[in-house]
Amino acid sequence: MGTHSKTEIKEGLPASRAARVRKVLSPGGIEAWLVEDYAVPLIALEFALIGGAAQEPKGKPGVATLLAGLLDEGAGPYDSDAFHRALEDQAIELSFSADRDFLSGRMQTLARNKARAFELLRLAATEARLEADAFERVKSQVAAGLKRDLNDPDTVASRTFRRLAYPEHPYGAPLRGDLGTLEALRRADVADLRAANFARDNLKIAVVGAIDAETLGRTLDEVFGALPEKAALAPVADIVFAGAGTRHVVDLDVPQSTIRFGRQAIARADKDFIAATVVNHVLGGGVFSARLFKEVREKRGLAYSVYSRLVDQDHAAMLWGGTSTKNERAAESMQVIEAEIRDLSEAGPSQDELEKAKQYLIGSYALRFDTSTKIASLLARLQAEGYGIDFLDERNRLIAAVTLADAKRAARRLFGDGALLVTVAGRPAGM
Amino acid sequence: MSLPATVPLTPSAATPAKPAGPRVASARLDNGLDIVVVPDHRAPVVTHMVWYRNGSADDPIGKSGIAHFLEHLMFKGTKGHPAGEFSELIAGLGGQENAFTSTDFTAYFQRVAKEHLKICMEYEADRMSNLVLAGEVVVPEREVVLEERRMRTDSDPADLLNEAVQAALFTRHPYGSPVIGWQSDIEGLGRADALAYYDRFYTPENAILIVAGDVEPAAVIDLARAIYGRISARGETPKRIRVREPDVRAHRLVTLADPKVEQPSYQTVFLVPSYRTAASGEAEALEVLAHHLGGGPASLLFKALVIDKKIAVSAGAYYDGTALNDTRFYAYATPAPGVSLETLDTEIARLIAEVAAHGIAEADLARVKTRLVADAVYAQDSQVALAHWYGASLAIGLSLADIAAWPERIETVRAADVVKATRWLDARRSVTGFLLPEAAAAA
Repeated sequence: MGTHSKTEIKEGLPASRAARVRKVLSPGGIEAWLVEDYAVPLIALEFALIGGAAQEPKGKPGVATLLAGLLDEGAGPYDSDAFHRALEDQAIELSFSADRDFLSGRMQTLARNKARAFELLRLAATEARLEADAFERVKSQVAAGLKRDLNDPDTVASRTFRRLAYPEHPYGAPLRGDLGTLEALRRADVADLRAANFARDNLKIAVVGAIDAETLGRTLDEVFGALPEKAALAPVADIVFAGAGTRHVVDLDVPQSTIRFGRQAIARADKDFIAATVVNHVLGGGVFSARLFKEVREKRGLAYSVYSRLVDQDHAAMLWGGTSTKNERAAESMQVIEAEIRDLSEAGPSQDELEKAKQYLIGSYALRFDTSTKIASLLARLQAEGYGIDFLDERNRLIAAVTLADAKRAARRLFGDGALLVTVAGRPAGM
Repeated sequence: MSLPATVPLTPSAATPAKPAGPRVASARLDNGLDIVVVPDHRAPVVTHMVWYRNGSADDPIGKSGIAHFLEHLMFKGTKGHPAGEFSELIAGLGGQENAFTSTDFTAYFQRVAKEHLKICMEYEADRMSNLVLAGEVVVPEREVVLEERRMRTDSDPADLLNEAVQAALFTRHPYGSPVIGWQSDIEGLGRADALAYYDRFYTPENAILIVAGDVEPAAVIDLARAIYGRISARGETPKRIRVREPDVRAHRLVTLADPKVEQPSYQTVFLVPSYRTAASGEAEALEVLAHHLGGGPASLLFKALVIDKKIAVSAGAYYDGTALNDTRFYAYATPAPGVSLETLDTEIARLIAEVAAHGIAEADLARVKTRLVADAVYAQDSQVALAHWYGASLAIGLSLADIAAWPERIETVRAADVVKATRWLDARRSVTGFLLPEAAAAA
């Protein structure tokens, strides 16, 4: 504690990524993960509060998004305008967002302005006013966003997909809310969600940049010390993916069909989760050599964008993919995608595909650690998902250890009979 | 293979961050290739980019979209390396790659562990002069581009309006054509068009190599000389022949009404000088003016329209200054329910007139400068952001000295300069875009 040595962090290949991160425990018992780095005179902080939109009362989607939007709209002695000016006066970046399993906030400041930045963060996190006029304003902004996307093909296909995949569960509700219920939301809804979520026992913090452990320790108590000790989260049920084997078209007068497809996947805690991650990369990961990219885009020119990914949440896991293809060829695109999924289920990836996917996933991990804000965000998320610091090193070892037998087993479990829930926005021919 | 949005109606990063501090090194090879190295030793990775000084505004008449189409085709292999080999190699190294086309430049990049810089250079240098286009890869790729256009534009009334607004603002200049091209032009593009365009522009004299990351500048320049230096010079830099946009003296209103539109929106775009075409200090004054008018919730437009009068749910302004020719200054707003776009138009014009008449308070000026100069420091946190800023600036003909001096030049903007810059925000130099639901338009 208390060292001010200016360490320039370099990591060679064998060096430990985890060793760069230290756990800081404040005198008051608040923990944060810190990467101390003075190369650029900045500090980035990100925090997550476990809970998020999954804690919204039934029939009130969008409350978490409203809360996130209101936290920087006036706090402590400042009304909204004064608060924004205070941020601008010292070029402090502060924003909040709602995710399904957590709320998060992020702050970035020039190191020389850190005292003011932490003070404004404290006010937003512990004394946001949630005033009536700000509440109405943020609600109208959310409503405008919902209206703007009401006939947006991506939004239409995605929302329909979630609703059908997770009926009667918070994961099936629209994250940003619903025009039909938004108007009825009250400030009390937002205040209740804050009261239930904002507490020290579900707070996960990551800090990157020009600050030492001792200073950070003191600062954590100043910023977050006033939060109640315990959160009051409602239990959220685990849910299994529904609707596989069905197709749903939402009519939209556009030249292209926007498609979402997916099925139940393998949970984060499952022993096959890492192998499933590798197998999904073979199918539709973000490289030009993925099967879907080659078959749908490169060989047939059916689409510009085609992908699949694993969405792992605290209470569900799904395979989720998408593409956009002209209406006349939408059915053909879906046939190509389904054929690749069936083939991977039955035969698994080849040894060559497996090796290439592992190489990519291992090698590209370093690219996620190239800016302070990205590192802070990643470290806060890892904590929120229950990982320890050692996972930063463990992750690549787990991927390297995936054998062809593991990959085939995971592919079989992940893709099963190949049945998919498919939603389409557009006017697809023959679907 | 992505394409930066040409006209974001609600910009997420209105002003590209301007770096100030990093120690950059530069060199020019005998064949004319410019090299810039931006050291960043925080992580053992490197960003390798080649920028060409040509973009969609250099598309021949009737061939809109060719710069972007060629960008896609650059992934289709060379004499020595068949299609897919480079991409497979990069993926196998855990690297990321892509390319993008804008109005004034086209760029290709890879992000890899630093020890793989050499192989990136070898493949990128190879496709600068050895591209092979088999007929069978050209047609499916043209379909991909048409799907890209359908996805980004044809399915989105807001983007169709943006396209029409640009076309109205630039009556002759090629910034009036979309980067991706008009559909009818794309459908006619073929192998010969792509190769002709490639031969004209893909030369060492026309290229800028940017390497940002955990590298030593001298070693990078030596490596580049050994690899890129093998490419023969063409003898001269390709000419960019751009017609000048005439001084149109008429306000234009472009309206798009569509049943898919549920949320109306408003934009006005002014034709203004860029960092390349402005008189000394004027682009910086426009930058300050844009931030004062509409850079975030503490800005004039937001405070007046959203907070005080409650006639809009969002409002802002930004200046697209990084352009070779005269460029665009945007003001935009989303109306509150029941408020007409005409009301927003009147109010925004009134606020601009107020700045012109009464100027900017010293406290506001100081706040705007603090923010803009801080952005230069924030940019240093990202080697990708730095590489983009250097690449885009150099590709439009700015110098490294211009980039280094930018924060200082912002600091020297006076209140009187901001007032003077308002002269460009003249309705007769602008196009207003209304996005409306179909029923409202009929009324």
